[in-house]
Formats: sequence, C-alpha cells, structure tokens
Amino acid sequence: MKEYQTITEISGPLVYAEVDEAIGYDEIVEIETAQGETLRGQVLESSEDVVAIQVFEGTSGIDRDASVRFLGETMKMPVTEDLLGRVLDGSGRPIDDGPEIVPEERQDIVGAAINPYSREYPEEFIETGVSAIDGMNTLVRGQKLPIFSSSGQPHSELAMQIARQASVPEEEEGGDDEEGSEFAVIFGAMGITQEEANEFMEDFERTGALERSVVFMNLADDPAVERTVTPRMVLTTAEYLAFEKDYHVLVILTDMTNYCEALREIGAAREEVPGRRGYPGYMYTDLAQLYERAGRIKGREGSVTQIPILTMPGDDDTHPIPDLTGYITEGQIYVDPDLNSQGLQPPINVLPSLSRLMDDGIGEGLTRADHADVKDQMFAAYAEGEDLRDLVNIVGREALSELDNKYLDFADAFESEFIDQGFETNRDIDETLSIGWDLLSMLPKDALNRIDEEFIEEHYREDDSEREVLEAAD
Amino acid sequence: MSKADTTDAETDNGVIQSVSGPVVTARDLNARMNDVVYVGDEGLMGEVIEIEGDLTTVQVYEETSGVGPGEPVENTGEPLSVDLGPGMLDAIYDGVQRPLDVLEGKMGSPYLDRGVDAPGIDLEEKWEFEPEVEEGDVVEPGDIVGVVEETVTIDHKVMVPPDYEGGEVVAAEAGSFDVTETVVELDNGEEVSMHQEWPVREARPANDKKTPRTPLVSGQRILDGLFPIAKGGTAAIPGPFGSGKTVTQHQLAKYADADIIVYVGCGERGNEMTEVIEDFPELEDPANGNPLMARTSLIANTSNMPVAARESCIYTGITIAEYYRDMGYDVALMADSTSRWAEAMREISSRLEEMPGEEGYPAYLAARLAQFYERAGYFENINGTEGSVSAIGAVSPPGGDFSEPVTQNTLRIVKTFWALDADLAERRHFPSINWNESYSLYKDQLDPWFEDEVADDWAERRQWAVDVLDEETELQEIVQLVGKDALPDDQQLTLEVARYLREAYLQQNAFHPVDTFCPPEKTYLMLTTIQKFNDEAFDALDAGVPVEEIVDTEAAPRINRIGVQEDYEEYVEDLKAEITEELRSLY
Repeated sequence: MKEYQTITEISGPLVYAEVDEAIGYDEIVEIETAQGETLRGQVLESSEDVVAIQVFEGTSGIDRDASVRFLGETMKMPVTEDLLGRVLDGSGRPIDDGPEIVPEERQDIVGAAINPYSREYPEEFIETGVSAIDGMNTLVRGQKLPIFSSSGQPHSELAMQIARQASVPEEEEGGDDEEGSEFAVIFGAMGITQEEANEFMEDFERTGALERSVVFMNLADDPAVERTVTPRMVLTTAEYLAFEKDYHVLVILTDMTNYCEALREIGAAREEVPGRRGYPGYMYTDLAQLYERAGRIKGREGSVTQIPILTMPGDDDTHPIPDLTGYITEGQIYVDPDLNSQGLQPPINVLPSLSRLMDDGIGEGLTRADHADVKDQMFAAYAEGEDLRDLVNIVGREALSELDNKYLDFADAFESEFIDQGFETNRDIDETLSIGWDLLSMLPKDALNRIDEEFIEEHYREDDSEREVLEAAD
Repeated sequence: MSKADTTDAETDNGVIQSVSGPVVTARDLNARMNDVVYVGDEGLMGEVIEIEGDLTTVQVYEETSGVGPGEPVENTGEPLSVDLGPGMLDAIYDGVQRPLDVLEGKMGSPYLDRGVDAPGIDLEEKWEFEPEVEEGDVVEPGDIVGVVEETVTIDHKVMVPPDYEGGEVVAAEAGSFDVTETVVELDNGEEVSMHQEWPVREARPANDKKTPRTPLVSGQRILDGLFPIAKGGTAAIPGPFGSGKTVTQHQLAKYADADIIVYVGCGERGNEMTEVIEDFPELEDPANGNPLMARTSLIANTSNMPVAARESCIYTGITIAEYYRDMGYDVALMADSTSRWAEAMREISSRLEEMPGEEGYPAYLAARLAQFYERAGYFENINGTEGSVSAIGAVSPPGGDFSEPVTQNTLRIVKTFWALDADLAERRHFPSINWNESYSLYKDQLDPWFEDEVADDWAERRQWAVDVLDEETELQEIVQLVGKDALPDDQQLTLEVARYLREAYLQQNAFHPVDTFCPPEKTYLMLTTIQKFNDEAFDALDAGVPVEEIVDTEAAPRINRIGVQEDYEEYVEDLKAEITEELRSLY
C-alpha cells in the first residue's frame, strides 16, 4: 500500500491527488493530515494520473502535504447479529462505549441489485395499529412506504409508533416473545438534530426496543458527505439480518431530504451539470439504489421493509426529492399540516396517501374479506365530503341536500373517530374496520355503491344502537 | 450476446484511462461507434458511445465499483445486438437481453453479480422444425421457410434473415434441431438457422407502412369506448406517481387482443416486475385460455439495475417486437416508463459533459423518442405478410406537470393520449384517465370496425356520452359556486346521467375478476343502458315528474353493477325494462 503526498487541489468536500498506479472507482481512501488526524474518503473518479476523492469528514485541516493512502477495496460494513442493541455513528463505528464489534462478515455497502426473478412478491400484511395505515393504506412486508412530511410535523412520533406497534397477526398466534424477537428495527439518522435523535433513543429505551434495534447516527453537525454512506451501511446491515439471519427488518431512514442535500453538495463540488433545482441528474438512480433494497427473496425467511421519512421543502410534493421518491417507492403516507393544526394524531391525510401493494395484502385470509370494499367506499365518501366542505363555505349547509349533509358529517367523523386515535393507541384490524362500518352506516345503504351487497347485509348498522364504537359520539 | 467469438487481433483492444460511474474512457481501443466491448478484468459489458482521437468513451451496462485505470478493454467489433429465435416468449430478460432466470442459476445468488453473461435464447434447446419450403423453391430475404411450435399459443416462423441474398432451396428437412443448426440450405451456400442476430438500434426492414384500421381491443371501457388505439398505433400514458400508469399497462398486457406482448419494465420497481413474473404464468389469455406468458416476453431493468442497460432496454424490446411482426403477428409493446429511459440518456449525456438541452436532457431527446415510436406501425413485411407493432409508453412527468420535455416531445409523436389524473386517483376513480384531456386520433379510422363488429350506432353513442360529460364539466363549475339545487331540473338530471357515466362506465375495477375485462359488446350495452335511463328520465321530466323522484328510483342505481355481471346480456335486458317501467309509472 503506497502513500502519496501529491494532493493538487482541495475544493469543498473533494480532494484531487496525483497517482502513479491504478486506483479503482469507489475505493476507500485514508488521508492523514499534518496534525495526525485520519480522515476517510472514497474515490469518485479515477483516471490514470489523478483521482478525485470525496472526504466524508470534510476537508478542513487537509493541506497539500497531507498523505493519502488507498486501501485497495471498496467500502465495507462489518456485519454480525451482535450489532443488535448497538448505537453506531454514520460510518458504522460504535459510539455507545460498548464492547468492540467482532464482525462475522464484511459486506460491500453498495449492494448489488436483487434479480427481479429472485424476488418474492410482498403480500404479508403488517399490522401497524394505525387505522389510517392499516385500514386505508396497508403496509406489507418487503414494501418501501415513505412518510411525506414537512418541517414541524410529528412524523417522528408516527415513525416511532409504527416501530413500536408493528406486528404480523399470524405470528402472534404462533407463540410467545421468542417468535416476536425475529423482528428487528434499524434506524438510520441522517442530519437530524441531537434533540430529535434523543427522542428516538428515549423511546427505544423506554419501550425496550433498543435490544432488537441497530441505530446509526449521523447528526446535523456531523459531516454532510458522510450522509451518503449512512443509508448504505443501514441497508447492508438490514439485508444481512434479513436474508442471512431470517429477521423481519423494519428500516427507518430519516431524513432523506438531508441525504439528497448531501448528494447535491458533492455534485456541485464536482461541477456536474445539474438536473432539476440543482440536484444531480442521477438522483433518481441513486435513490432507487437505496429504496430498491427493500423486499423479500425467494427461499429466504426474512424481509426488509423500509419507511423513509422526508420533509418536503415548502410542503411541496412536486419538489424533486418527494417526486423522485414517489416514483420509486410503493406508495406514500402524507402527514398534513392542516390536520396537525386541528390536533389530529397522527395527522395522516389518507386521500393523497397510497399503498401500492395493498390490494394483494388484504382480503380474506389476510385481513378481512370486506376490507377492500370498505376502504374504497371510505375513500370515495371522504373525498366527497372534502369537496363539499369547499362548497359549504360559500353556500352554507342549508343549501345542501340531505345526502350531502351526511357526507359532510361523515368526513368530520372520519377525521375525529378513524384518523385521530392518538400516538399511543394500538388498534387491531378488526377494530379499525369496525369503526369503518360505524362511520359508513351514517350514509344510506344505497349510497354504498362500492361495497358488495353481501357485506352490507352482514355489517351495515341499521340503527345507532348497533354501532359498536361510536355510541357515545356527538 | 456471447463473448466466445471475439477472436480479433489484440491491437483492437485498449486499456482503461478513467472511470466515472457508468462511463469509462479507454485508450488505444480500435472500435466503431456503438460497438460492444468488454471492460476491465471482470469483462463488464459496455457500448462505445463517443470516439475522440485515441480516446474512446464507453457506457458500461454493469456496476463499475473497483474498476480502475490500466485494466483491459476488449472489443467485439459488433454493435449491440439481440439474439432472435424461438425461446423469447415466456422469458424474462434484463436490458441487454440476458435471461434473468439463467443468470440466477449461473450466479448462484439472488443478487445480480457482475461479468456474467448468457445468450438471449437457449442455444442448446431442441425444437421440432417443420419446413414450409421444398427443394427447388426459390426464397427471398424475409421469407418464411418453416415453423416451430414455440409455445402452446404461438407458432414461431423461421425466416431467411433480411441481410441474406436468397436463392433456391437445396435442402430442407423436418426434425429436431437446436437454434444454431442449419435447417434450410440455399444454392448460393447460405444456411438458414432458427437463430438470427439483429443490432438493436436499427429498425428491421419492411416493405410498406399502412394506415392502421383495426383497433387493439383492450377490454377497458374508457379506452375501447372513448379513446381507442389501433393495432400498429402509438399511445402515451402520462401521469404523476400513484395515478395508475402501471396498473393500466398491466391491464393492457393482460387483456389487449394482440398476438404477442412485449413488456418492458424500464427503470421501474422490482416488486412490480416480480408481480408480473408471478401473475402472468397463472393468468389465462382471454383469447384462448392458454397461460398468458405463452405470448409474452418480459424485459425487466428495474430502477436500481445499471443505468446504461436501462437506456438500451427499450431498443431490445422493440427489436424483439419487430421480429414477431415480421412473422405476421400483431405485437403490442408496453414501455413503463419512457421517462426513466429519457433520464438514463440524460445521465449518460451529463457524464459525457455534453451541452444540455431543456431541463438537462440531451438535445437529441426528441429525435430518440421519435425514432422509437416510428418503429411502431402497421406494416407490410418484406415477405408479404402483414403485421403490426403497437407502442404504448408510460410517461412519468416530474410533479405531474405535462409541460416537461419528455411528455411534450412524446405528445408530438403519438396519436393516442391517455392522461392520468391525480385528482381522480385520489378519490379512487380508476382507471384515473381524465376524459376531458385525453384524445385518440384513431377514432375515425377505427369506427368502421366497431360499427361492423359491435353495433351500427357505436360512433353516435360515443358522441352522446362525450357530449354529456362535456356538459357535466361546465355544470360542475356552476355547482361549485351555487350548489346543485340551484340548477334547473333538466340540468340536475344531466348531472345524474353523467354520474352514471362516470361511476359505472368510466370506472372499472381492475381487481374484480369479472369487471377487469369488459368486451366491446358489454361496453356498448352498458352505454345503451345509461342512455336508456337518460331518455326515459327526460321523458318523465317532460311529463312533469319532479327531478328528485326520478333520482330516487330504485332500478337505475343497479347500472353501477353491470360491470361485475358475468351474464351481462340478460342483466342489462331486465334492467332496461325495469328502468322503463319504474320511470313510466311515475306519470
């Protein structure tokens, strides 16, 4: 391993050095500064005589006399089951004063693409205990379902609630905690504040979830460039636990917006031709290489389910980050500032939210036979009610027909009874659907045109006394 | 592509000079534009995209981590080609026609490894060849010399390659052959086997392109009924995420009445491709009950697979489609999504530091899109048969904004436009195709077919539906201001009729076993039922019945259930009678 003292240019997070041997693309580099500090970096571009190196910790302190060592390998993540319960920094080094981690394997963090032929289609329902998700936008194992939020919204609370409550119904029947322990949470923080991080950590510790979790922390004051490797470390660990150790892994990545900012920073430093809003043209591919690492593989027990969180700048979902994410992920959950200011917990707006894998994950044998119809009808009725709200502001309730007034009542009740359950309440799917029927029974039978007549017979509450949950309402 | 036959002199080969993501430059490589090369010690497949002095730029179809300067680059001297022959149906390929099932076996891992290659068709599998020519017959390029049964649904025609000269047949025998063996010999020494290669970026020749006059019947009411596409036509499906592009493409792949389906998953989700791979073998072809895969070739280059292979997958797909067209088949190609393809071009272009055009896309974007869609059409082939390639491209505009370059450049070429609408999707109106914005320029040339095959008044009825929907759009603007009850009775009734059109006719449940496929006859009957209600209701209104009473009748809401009826003819018959009876009883 040769050492070079040939740095020719330092610019932003990039260092250019002259070399006289072949250096591989993506190879790991160590730079030792005159002060004896060792910084790590990665080769971004390699040609015969000069390489461009992206330094994770930032380039401050590097001068032209700093020495550069090429380690001759691409970046690896040391993986082992013992990682569970540990807290690591954004580059995968322990920061919890625990014992040294003895890796079982060292895996390349740039995961190879899963052969679509080897994938197994995700269709196992995950019960999150959140009605707005279970009932309307069901999550399944192996799915990637981001939370689209904006600054100041309680997306972290929602993510914690999901991490705490998520379970697969069949498994509960199967047995005790032994079974449940196959579930693991990997938490990747990218550029979030210390306070936010503390909230997560406290919640993990309070609920005892930490022992089945691996936490990667890249905080707001950590180097931005490091954020580009953090999610890859996270996902490499997730794949190892899922596909080699049979865990069902739930990956929470927050905040993807910070990750994309880091990509932009590197792109700008390299003077690349920018795409939309200055983000690099390859951002779609780059994000896809992260999100597509969710899934299930034929013949393997485990699964990787991803819940990336992103804060939409200006609450604008046409911004490149949410836009590209939405095109890759299998749906999205919208956290809505208006609902939040009304005090709904969680403030999920179900109308623009979507779970693409829902249709195959629900129904008889999976959730309940009437689930799909109930969901469709509630979407339609709530959308109708939402539309009417605009109108009511102009003409007043009296000018509307009786049926329209019922839709308005439905929309109100839907928000207060179905959505607003609180961050601590865990509802099973039967309860969620039962509340759904209570609400739908506010509408006349023949307005339920999306529900099979059979289900209407079975579940429609003819009079108020039959309503199971809403008796005390109004 | 197989790399066994690269025996060229060593002087053709070069060494890597620099690596940046999927773009590699090599020194001293003696290659032509678009030649396929093998890069580095691992032999990663790539294609020459720029030559400048002794520097050659290569786009690499595989991940380049760890590849460094000084490693060799080997030239094959051949452009990027696909293997054509029996075995392409019921297969699943990546963007450069490597069969994914074979790769899984070769790599022994669920992950896509690097530097592993496999031919597009199995070179060892034996097929039963049945000649259709005899000794002494004279054959020309493109002529069919025999058939093999490729799948239960499709007879694969073996053709004289278009670049042969043709001549008199001196030997043609039935028997069991693999695709490399000669099945027909010509007097000039040319040997015809079941295997051809064709460069993907070049259209296969045809005699003539004709005006398409037959619809590609999709079994989707809004498409067949309002915005039909022709066999040999082109269509674009633009829409923001979550608006149902992929479901619409899947529905077309499942139910369109084409002989062959080529489905190109270009830069889309892995799980979605898996759904296709798992579902299609189990689904029945509505035409003959055979497995759907027996007429389908899948190309899956998911978003996390190498970006250069995403650029080429569209070409791989259309070349396969053209090959079956040459046999006289009607082929439908679905590309999901062409925006990802355009983005792949943009990514490569920016790595080449080309001067960007609009929104960073290369200046040749419009030309490439046009070239692709021009390869679709209804053709008279060089062997005299007629075949068609219909191209249906999904477009994923950023933020759902149709003014962006890919959507705009696509709309300048395609003749059918199915605009997906986020608002409709949000209220779960599926397929969420916006009836005000969409259009089909094939309508007039396809009407004669519908009038012959379905009903004489097909076009009139459609126009009636369009008029009612247009009127509804205008009325809705007023309703938004003053409320529905402020409208006169006849306009309120129009809104009621339009509601049935929207909820019963335009909506269709892709996940319902019956409603998912709606033959044109049913589409027609449903429309006549709604029109029946319209006529009777307006008669009642004229006779002085208040609009509230008409709206409150019991028979009419059953229109919404026609879609899910298997025995729809009887149901519609009864329903029409009941609607008439009930409404007439009011006055």
